[in-house]
Amino acid sequence: MYLFIEQSLNGLAVGSIYALITLGLALVYGILGVLHVAHAGIYTVGAYIGYGVYACTGSLVMAILVGMVACSCLGVLIERFIYFPLLKFPPYVPLISSIALFMGMEEFCRLVAGPSVRTFSLELPFPELKFLDIVISPTLTGIFAISATIFLVLWFITTKTELGLAMRATSQDMDIASSVGIDGHRIIDIIFILGSAIAAVAGILVGIYYNEVYPAMGTVPAYKSLALIVVGGLGSVQGAVIAALLLGIAETLLIGYANIPLPRDALAFIAMIAVLLWRPQGLFGKGA
Amino acid sequence: MSSYVITVSIFIVIQAIVAYGLNIIVGYAGQISLGHAAFFGIGAYSAALLSTRAGMVFWVAAPLVMLITGGIGLILGLPSLRVRADFLAITTIGINFIVEALFLYVPFFGGALGIGGIPRVRFMGLRLFGTSYLGLCLLCLGAVILVSWWFTKCWAGLACMALGEDETAASSMGISPVRFKLLAFVIGTAMAGLGGALYAHQMRFIAPSDFGFPVSVMILSLIVLGGMGTLWGPLIGAIILGALPEIFRPFTEYRMLLYGVILLIMIRFQPSGLLGEDSIIRKILKKYWTGGNDEK
Repeated sequence: MYLFIEQSLNGLAVGSIYALITLGLALVYGILGVLHVAHAGIYTVGAYIGYGVYACTGSLVMAILVGMVACSCLGVLIERFIYFPLLKFPPYVPLISSIALFMGMEEFCRLVAGPSVRTFSLELPFPELKFLDIVISPTLTGIFAISATIFLVLWFITTKTELGLAMRATSQDMDIASSVGIDGHRIIDIIFILGSAIAAVAGILVGIYYNEVYPAMGTVPAYKSLALIVVGGLGSVQGAVIAALLLGIAETLLIGYANIPLPRDALAFIAMIAVLLWRPQGLFGKGA
Repeated sequence: MSSYVITVSIFIVIQAIVAYGLNIIVGYAGQISLGHAAFFGIGAYSAALLSTRAGMVFWVAAPLVMLITGGIGLILGLPSLRVRADFLAITTIGINFIVEALFLYVPFFGGALGIGGIPRVRFMGLRLFGTSYLGLCLLCLGAVILVSWWFTKCWAGLACMALGEDETAASSMGISPVRFKLLAFVIGTAMAGLGGALYAHQMRFIAPSDFGFPVSVMILSLIVLGGMGTLWGPLIGAIILGALPEIFRPFTEYRMLLYGVILLIMIRFQPSGLLGEDSIIRKILKKYWTGGNDEK
């Protein structure tokens, strides 16, 4: 029983990390309609910057902050110079550009930092929690605390502030939103800044959780998070987060208890195809 | 010709065959597919299984492989093509990952070790390899190009292209979107199956990683580079992207980076490809042919 609960908590941690990656993707899809595969590239770059800064300064706070700022700039550059000029073309054009960009970013990381796995060994400065016989390691506590904070802040921004209202208006109809005085382009910038900064945090957390940072670490999340935004309902941020948490738990439990002949990474896509057949608008999407 | 050049040419021709299949799905019918390597793999695996386990000769197996691949394309296309364009892109990525995982984890397909000992193609008692196999591949490529050309002229092809341009307008003319998209999907995947069969008999050993998602991206890059929906685009793309890594052999470290950068620059500044509408090459050619006068 305790093992089961500990496994579920591990799954929840994996799910929280998936959710952090998927958030940015869902936000970008909601506003631009672009499948932002290169988001996982930003996540990889974030992990490397975090690792580098931590190795130089020894400060985790510095590592996270520098990673967030650098990735925000990168995200805005990508949006300004690649996605925005391509919006007038059919949706596959920005998608292919995004895949190409992702390949380029992965290769860039490999060439700069080398192909080998870097170990990112440190304990997050959080307390170890104990209930009865269940022990939650500092790393898990840290992941839960950081991701819960990010979810809450994001939820607050999107639902309670004027900025959030402007964001929702822009994602519904950019032209009408701009006619009532919302600077749509600035809103898009803000969304890329938010999404990319969160991706950087996710990259650093993954690096710490699995104790490794390597060039291809973004490949599986890149496509898994695509499946997750479909399962959650394209453009629905809450749906994507819930789908990510569920997937993390399901994967961990299935690996632990069921002997399925498929790798865990195929599970997301099987879930996605099942959802598409049964409920094409996604678990939490509205309308058909 | 040295055997090195011949081997490289064979791979270019096989890639072109697979790319022509994708061109029908993406270029003509406008259905974005990012899982084409899955069908390439299904073709290669069925060819390998038919020849090693069932002892079938290539000439019987090849049509059967195309039927199998096209049939699986039909089954997988049925649910996928009902969803919107963005969903289709993600669904086909999913299909690619699942198919690769099946090849890797089901013992029947040889697992991570793949399938080896695939015999060479025999023709009238002669084993085809090198130049003669290149000839066979070129014949197949010719047939595929002919089918593509016919597809742009026949009624079903025109219907598909109308769907690709504007689905609502086309269906108001009485064109059933699902039926014609499926037709394009089946023809395209069958071509990928043929390419897969040729690949299996050339390599004589296949493994799941030969048909992963990066291969799908590479095939898509070929037609983006050459010009989507053009008759000669996939061939030009296959020649350029097939020859580049060989020419840039000394820079093999930077090969994937180069790939990404070329694709990115191409799609950013010339989304219609080298031979597509209002591309640089087409403009230059037009100028050359019309002697500098754009009008008449």
